[in-house]
Amino acid sequence: MTHRDLRITDTTLRDGSHAMAHQFTEEQVRATVHALDSAGVEVIEVTHGDGLGGSSFNYGFSLTDEIKLVAAGVDEAAEAEIAVLLLPGLGTVTDLRRAHEVGASVARIATHCTEADVSVQHFGAARDMGMETVGFLMMAHKADPAELARQARIMVDAGAQCVYVVDSAGALVLDDAQARVEAMHREIGHQAQVGFHGHQNLSLGVANSVLAYNNGARQIDGALCALGAGAGNSPTEVLAATFERLHISTGLDVQGVLAAAEDVVKPYIPRWPSMDRNAIVQGYAGVYSSFLLHAERASQRYGVPAYEILQRAGELGYVGGQEDMLIDVALRLAEERDLASTGAR
Amino acid sequence: MGRAVAAIVGPGNIGTDLLAKLRRSDAVEVDYMVGVVESEGLARARELGAKASADGVDWLLAQDPLPDIVFEATSAKAHAANAPRYAEAGIKAVDLTPAHLGPMVCPAVNLPEHLDAANVNMITCGGQATIPIVAAVSRVVPVPYAEIVASVASRSAGPGTRANIDEFTETTAGAIEEVGGAARGKAIIILNPVEPPMIMRDTIFCAIPADADTDAIAGSIHDMVADVQRYVPGYTLRADPQFDDPRDGWSGNGRVAVFLEIRGNGDYLPDYAGNLDIMTAAAARVGELVARAEVVSA
Repeated sequence: MTHRDLRITDTTLRDGSHAMAHQFTEEQVRATVHALDSAGVEVIEVTHGDGLGGSSFNYGFSLTDEIKLVAAGVDEAAEAEIAVLLLPGLGTVTDLRRAHEVGASVARIATHCTEADVSVQHFGAARDMGMETVGFLMMAHKADPAELARQARIMVDAGAQCVYVVDSAGALVLDDAQARVEAMHREIGHQAQVGFHGHQNLSLGVANSVLAYNNGARQIDGALCALGAGAGNSPTEVLAATFERLHISTGLDVQGVLAAAEDVVKPYIPRWPSMDRNAIVQGYAGVYSSFLLHAERASQRYGVPAYEILQRAGELGYVGGQEDMLIDVALRLAEERDLASTGAR
Repeated sequence: MGRAVAAIVGPGNIGTDLLAKLRRSDAVEVDYMVGVVESEGLARARELGAKASADGVDWLLAQDPLPDIVFEATSAKAHAANAPRYAEAGIKAVDLTPAHLGPMVCPAVNLPEHLDAANVNMITCGGQATIPIVAAVSRVVPVPYAEIVASVASRSAGPGTRANIDEFTETTAGAIEEVGGAARGKAIIILNPVEPPMIMRDTIFCAIPADADTDAIAGSIHDMVADVQRYVPGYTLRADPQFDDPRDGWSGNGRVAVFLEIRGNGDYLPDYAGNLDIMTAAAARVGELVARAEVVSA
């Protein structure tokens, strides 16, 4: 293997599933995996946006069974490993086993940043199956650096070979990201790697990724065309170009990744993730990025603004997975609006 | 009329809260609290007048009189070891662990069918909260698929739940089918660490036929909520049931969504821990109904 300074994991086909409302087809997955693999991406994540077992009323049903998509990804990749995401409480070891049976080789286990101990059984099972393991501490802005490091320690002790600072809300502003990566690296760096997963809600995904690298992170997530929840992820093509300009090798072929974004992904995406009002409110108020489309749907159904739903969800401290609460919030806001208009009469 | 004699095995938070609830019962009297080490729970039980011992089930089975009913609030492993001994002694077991040796019961849904069973299992907290609603829908229309999301305060999720969270999702999903009457069930649990702690919330989504009588479904849900409130006063609807039109992506089915809040009674556990409260309240209810049935048939 050629020397590289850090490893990029592309999550177009997992985090991007949110932006696609989980409607990926097998053809799109094959074309995307082929393009990424050819451009030198070593790890490609393929799963429902909310991880294995995510296909549901609460998060949206998949058009194509995710196991079929994982198998297609494995089949298409000549060099790259196929990763899957699992959120304990939603996905199970049985789901992970199914993904492993069709060739997934990297298990990424995600919990809210203060709840790492629910992942212990899944790391154990993944290691027993011989999978590479990655821990995902989501909504990392909700835990201070010391607490995040303690949670990373739980995951490493359970078998994680890398733990990510996951900025699910795109809420970490430069120093916030840097301090968390640094604290985590100090705690687990001698035993495991540190990773960073950024979102663009405040447009800092790439900048935070560079700071993460400078503070010891050696795995970084991106998605082609930023395809991901909220304002999207750090774009893989921008990460590739930026790190090359910094003389930090990723092993990626910049032209190849640019072509993958432009020629393969751009033609099939329904909308380019953007920093619109709703997405910025998510970063500003620290709201889980995947809530975006669900808030927009509840907004249409109940006639209350999506940004108000998101703002309220942030105030109430809802965490990843509580998409059902957005309907509840919309109902409350509609009730408050109706009460106010009655009072005015 | 005499009360049934009961024992609680497992003097932790659940056992202590159950003791507090059963002290109000006119059908069940908790005479024994059993642990395996001296603990605050045993001391509290003694203060409340129960005989309490750290010598385990051996001690319990040497008592005179033997209990009529034992509530097991230990672990699946401990219950699997103890259950045959209770059965041999003719003691009914109400199992609050995930051992699942006897039929799964939810008092508002299927208890009458299992009053005679020697051992009944209380499913999970999320199951006790949500299965009544699934059953309320499935008694009106066929439910091809039901999905529940249980959100609980991090502080109310103990180490046992955390170490084996798959057990929660798999057991609850199975019970949504077996007890709730859905053809296929799915369960999701979310731990939320917000401070002050959030009160337990549950959302139930049921797929329903395109031509379903939504008024009849809503009426059935309201009736069921009233039934559960008889033993869990803090069990409330956050809003009227929400009906969505059929969609292609839902195999042409429509959907009903029900939003619940479960505030605990604050007996021993804090009121936000509705997830734990509903387990002890349901177990106490089972104990009472079993005790009354025994007295009637005796």
